Amino acid sequence: MAVKIEKKSQMKIAIPTSSMPDIIFQLLIFFMVSTVLRQYTGLKVELPEAFKVEKLPTKRHVTTIWVDRFNNIVIDDVTVKKVNNLRTIVYNKLTADPQLIVSLRVDKDADMGVVTDIQQELRQAGALRINYSAIPSAG
Amino acid sequence: MFRRRKKEDVEIPSASMADIAFQLLIFFLVATTIDVDKGINMVLPPIGSEVEIRKKNITNLLINDAGNILLDGKVVPLEEVDDIIREKLAENDKLIVSVKTTRRTKYEIYIKVLDQLKRAGATRISIAEPEKA
Repeated sequence: MAVKIEKKSQMKIAIPTSSMPDIIFQLLIFFMVSTVLRQYTGLKVELPEAFKVEKLPTKRHVTTIWVDRFNNIVIDDVTVKKVNNLRTIVYNKLTADPQLIVSLRVDKDADMGVVTDIQQELRQAGALRINYSAIPSAG
Repeated sequence: MFRRRKKEDVEIPSASMADIAFQLLIFFLVATTIDVDKGINMVLPPIGSEVEIRKKNITNLLINDAGNILLDGKVVPLEEVDDIIREKLAENDKLIVSVKTTRRTKYEIYIKVLDQLKRAGATRISIAEPEKA
């Protein structure tokens, strides 16, 4: 019995670390590839919650419009003073990228009037695919 | 001199490689935003596409400033909207839900109602323009 214990304690148990750098490199490459550095800061908005949220079909063909609780409008970090100016901006974006989807990140305390105006502008510009950004609510 | 140089072992030190890789890894871990860009997809009607729809295929849903919902002339609580719409859809699958808000309605209520409609499986949703205040 005593001999057995001695034998065990002499055994060297070590986690093999020789492949650690390779594993780390793999992780590194994964994160490098999946990283999308944030392009726009936008406005500070508190998004509404919804149950039936869907993913945006693409990430590439997305332009974002922010509307905060004071009804300020920002499109891709360009402040829009008059809603009517939105038409040209969106139209130019749509010409550059016909697959454009407009993501509306609207604060939950914003008024529907502004949202409607934006939607009318989008219709005028011909950008019909939109997405109301929302937080998936639990339960 | 010549001989000595040849014997020298030229090697890039690789002992710190793992640490460097670790640092880079941590940077990218922090910088990565697994985008949570989710929401309710909608397709707006093109301009000038007002079509006459038969009355029986339309359900009017009005939301007022205070966030009260009027569904076909009856005030209903938000949580019951999906059940009512689901029943109506079962009766008539061509049903179009026309959502109308005022200009002062809060966006949150609007999204909640749209969410309810999506839960009920309504695909034909029309957004009516609010009257100018």
